Amino acid sequence: MLKLENLTKTYPTGDQALRNVNLEVPAGQVLALIGPSGAGKSTLIRCINRLVEPTAGKVWLGDVELTSLGSGALRRERRRMGMIFQEYALVERLTVMENVLSGRLGYVGFWRSFLRRFPQEDIDEAFRLLDRVGLLDMADKRADELSGGQRQRVGICRALIQDPALLLVDEPTASLDPKTSRQIMRLICELCAERGLAAIINIHDVALAQMFVQRVIGLRFGVIEFDGAPEQLTPDVLTAIYGEEDWEQTIREVDDDDAQDTETGGAAQ
Amino acid sequence: MAIISLPDGHRTWRRFTPRAQILRWFGYLIGVAVFVWCWNRISEATTWFFVWDAPRIAGDILTRATPPRWSYMEKLWWPIWDTINIATLGTIAALVMAVPVAFMAARNTTPQISVSPVVIRMIPPFLRPVLMTSTGQDSYTIGPIRPIALLIIVSTRSINSLIWALLLIAIIGPGVFAGIVAIAIRSIGFCAKLLYEAIEEIDHGQVEAVTATGGSRWQVMAYGIVPQIMPAFAGIAVFRWDINIRESTVLGLVGAGGIGLQLSSSLNVLAWPQVSLILLVILLAVVISEWVSAKVRGAII
Repeated sequence: MLKLENLTKTYPTGDQALRNVNLEVPAGQVLALIGPSGAGKSTLIRCINRLVEPTAGKVWLGDVELTSLGSGALRRERRRMGMIFQEYALVERLTVMENVLSGRLGYVGFWRSFLRRFPQEDIDEAFRLLDRVGLLDMADKRADELSGGQRQRVGICRALIQDPALLLVDEPTASLDPKTSRQIMRLICELCAERGLAAIINIHDVALAQMFVQRVIGLRFGVIEFDGAPEQLTPDVLTAIYGEEDWEQTIREVDDDDAQDTETGGAAQ
Repeated sequence: MAIISLPDGHRTWRRFTPRAQILRWFGYLIGVAVFVWCWNRISEATTWFFVWDAPRIAGDILTRATPPRWSYMEKLWWPIWDTINIATLGTIAALVMAVPVAFMAARNTTPQISVSPVVIRMIPPFLRPVLMTSTGQDSYTIGPIRPIALLIIVSTRSINSLIWALLLIAIIGPGVFAGIVAIAIRSIGFCAKLLYEAIEEIDHGQVEAVTATGGSRWQVMAYGIVPQIMPAFAGIAVFRWDINIRESTVLGLVGAGGIGLQLSSSLNVLAWPQVSLILLVILLAVVISEWVSAKVRGAII
């Protein structure tokens, strides 16, 4: 469904953020992208929807090649890719409803969106989504009145109302406490399953990733170092991705839920 | 900042190195010397008789000016209404023109083209801060529009509204309209400068998020940028309106409408009780405008 071919990004400063990345994501697959800071995780997902312009390589979404699109066609394809951000990136001074409806901007003309005259079916869908994430009462609140977890739920609604085929998720839990982090990850993964969405989730928390995803990609210096099931993440693999460290405490003990609870932050429980 | 190694091996820290300390004292010495010299020059150029006489004259004028001539008020209603209108309409006109200028001047919204680093190296270093609009990681961009917008800001800001009024009276004749245009032109630069600084400080994440939904350029502006700068915009608008009330009270001195005309004619015939009444009316107008702008700003933020 999504295919990256020799994707390369070189910044004008000479930094190579991505080197010949090849990756194929089948429809409906949720994968986690792990790697140290600066490995190119954010650049990778931003190169897919071209918030960052790739230097070379191709990105196929279905049978559309994204890197060669003109701006109008790019905007149409961006509608099929919902994005969720680390710092939520809600428009703070707009209401929750306006933020959710802003996910429809690609479908609605300028004046309709400017005057907030969205089609009734968009509004119905916004209510359905808010209800699904448990924020129905918050629709008329301003985004900056919400807590971190609630804001991220609004961010999820904004991405889903685009009716995307793919979610690009950039550090969804980095600003959240351990318990909320799990709830948000669970919500994202459940919604992906419900709607058959593929997702690429950038994440720092290896244990959290192992808990929820079907496939893990390890990125280091812009190169894919690991591609496999979460159970295959051994201390050796983590050393290859992140460098030398004692990894025993980080890796999920598959059958031992208690041990893993204490290690991802027992405080949350 | 100085870390000094003592003979016994300890390290100590002082704010200034000894050398910097001496230079500082020398600087103070020069400052005092300049002050004394200036004082002497001013003193030589002053006719001290008038200065010693000043309190008596001031007292005399004060006695003549009190009580204010309240009956003159009936001739002031229209001029003060004109003054407020000049300030308000001038501010609105300035804001309408300042918004596009601000968007053209802000580094993150100005129309721009991506260029390779080679082109950047060909631009003389002193021109780069004006021409280059982004030094972000993604690409080097230069904008031909931004220098023009900055020129508009600097040129309109650098000329006082009284001088704009003098120029405009020559062009469009005396009256309220010249005053409105003078206030408007003078305010463009001020409003555009503060607004473009607000635009440059917005959170880029919100813009990125709206872009990622597939919104068009204008939708990104309406959803990603405008909500973020609304508080700044409203603050700037009432702040400038507040300043313009004060500026428009003097425009009449040169014939550009408003209460300044009465002030100037009263001063010319030494009608001190009228002058004091006019000053009271101006004071009242300014107090009210301050109160309104404080209320509005409080309501927005």
